[in-house]
Amino acid sequence: MATNEEILPDLASIVEEVAGVDAAEVTSEKSFVDDLDIDSLSMVEIAVQAEDKFGVKIPDDELAKLTTVQDAVDYISNHS
Amino acid sequence: MSATGQGVVVTGMGATTPLGGDVATTWDGLLAGRSGVRPIEEEWVDRFELPVKIASQLATEPADVIKRVEARRLDRSEQTAIIAAREAWAHADLGDYPSLEDGSPKVDALRLAVIVGTGIGGALTLLGQDDLLEQQGLRKVAVLTIPMLMPNGPAAHVGLEFGAAAGVHAPVSACASGAEALAWGWRMLQANEVDVVVAGGTEACIAPITLAGFSQARTMALRNDEPERASRPFDTGRNGFVLGEGAGMVVLEREEFAQARGATVHGRLAGIGTSADAYHITAPDPEGTGQSRAVAAALRTAGLDPADVGHVNCHATATNVGDVAETVAVKKAIGDHPVLTAPKGSLGHLLGAAGAVEAIATILSVREGLVPPTANLEELDPDVTLDVVSGEARKMTLDAAISDSFGFGGHNVCLAFTPA
Repeated sequence: MATNEEILPDLASIVEEVAGVDAAEVTSEKSFVDDLDIDSLSMVEIAVQAEDKFGVKIPDDELAKLTTVQDAVDYISNHS
Repeated sequence: MSATGQGVVVTGMGATTPLGGDVATTWDGLLAGRSGVRPIEEEWVDRFELPVKIASQLATEPADVIKRVEARRLDRSEQTAIIAAREAWAHADLGDYPSLEDGSPKVDALRLAVIVGTGIGGALTLLGQDDLLEQQGLRKVAVLTIPMLMPNGPAAHVGLEFGAAAGVHAPVSACASGAEALAWGWRMLQANEVDVVVAGGTEACIAPITLAGFSQARTMALRNDEPERASRPFDTGRNGFVLGEGAGMVVLEREEFAQARGATVHGRLAGIGTSADAYHITAPDPEGTGQSRAVAAALRTAGLDPADVGHVNCHATATNVGDVAETVAVKKAIGDHPVLTAPKGSLGHLLGAAGAVEAIATILSVREGLVPPTANLEELDPDVTLDVVSGEARKMTLDAAISDSFGFGGHNVCLAFTPA
């Protein structure tokens, strides 16, 4: 099981790649929508890339529950 | 002021073309008679045994100019549109982009429209994403596939960037699309629906299927061993056009509005004319009847006499039939006196962007009193009995000039420009 410290930098670089948000801004307490201004289409792209990177499956109904960066890190950590 | 109401003025221009990444370098390239045509360095040229191995490719890669995340989310034809539109906006000195919430010091979002045409649309996205679907399955298909391939995508992205809330439109009329965007803008401004229109055209579809399709239609130049000499409008040695890519955008404004904000005016879109050949899906009417009706309409709406028109920036793509038919139309509508040039000798054929980029060339010819030479015109077709500039640029004072654009389907658009 990957740790938070291992997941966060990789997830942040995916967010930067997809949405153009500086990776340094992608910190655990941030909300994807409210803080990082990421739209639902970009979230789908981020999920697809995260699935490949971390070897997890993120179904759409689970993706909808991932509000903050920490939510995503926890999900990945628990499912990889 | 035009014959039919308020004047429409040009206050900004932007372009990215095979001659350069902006208007200045494109114009310099035209004046020098430089060619933007280069060999296509892709493995598929040989794999498909394409008869055409050359294209007029962008001088500046869009991805080197825009942010990486933008490059990822935009089709190449949307990237070029955005780049040209930003240059035009800055050139017009319109300041911060307006928004419905915050307003703007210079133009109201509700009085700003964007009109961007394309001939083909997001073909590279369509092809690339279809390959991904076929080879790697659904999960690999990009979430933004549809907005990247839809032909209104470039207009929509430019509209979003500027916050244009009065309307965003995307004329699709093959190689007349870019000119049609300007004509559409002229109509909106004349009707006083808006104060400012960003109008232009974009195209980026150099791909195996487009080259194969145009080749099968027997429309393409085949001088693969001499790329820079391949596009030869009006020359006896011409044998078709060279496919190109790029974008051109102009900022058009109601004259009163531009005056009130103290804008620098580079020229006037004095009138426009559109018509349809009603003749054949690809071939131009050899008598130039539809084309001459469009030219006549442009003169009429501009309140110009044929004698006023000193110059025609021709559509001339370097096909055998088309070039001569256009001169027939010019003679019919204007007479024997206009001095012609054919920018596609340098630019190649930018399809949906051609009309917009060539409109910019026409505006600059009127402003600078300089008509660029027709690159590669060495021996004038004897069936062309008009004065075509070749060799070097010609100095001449112009009271009015026409930019011609015609497209597969029989679309004819003519724009009449006069000095500021």
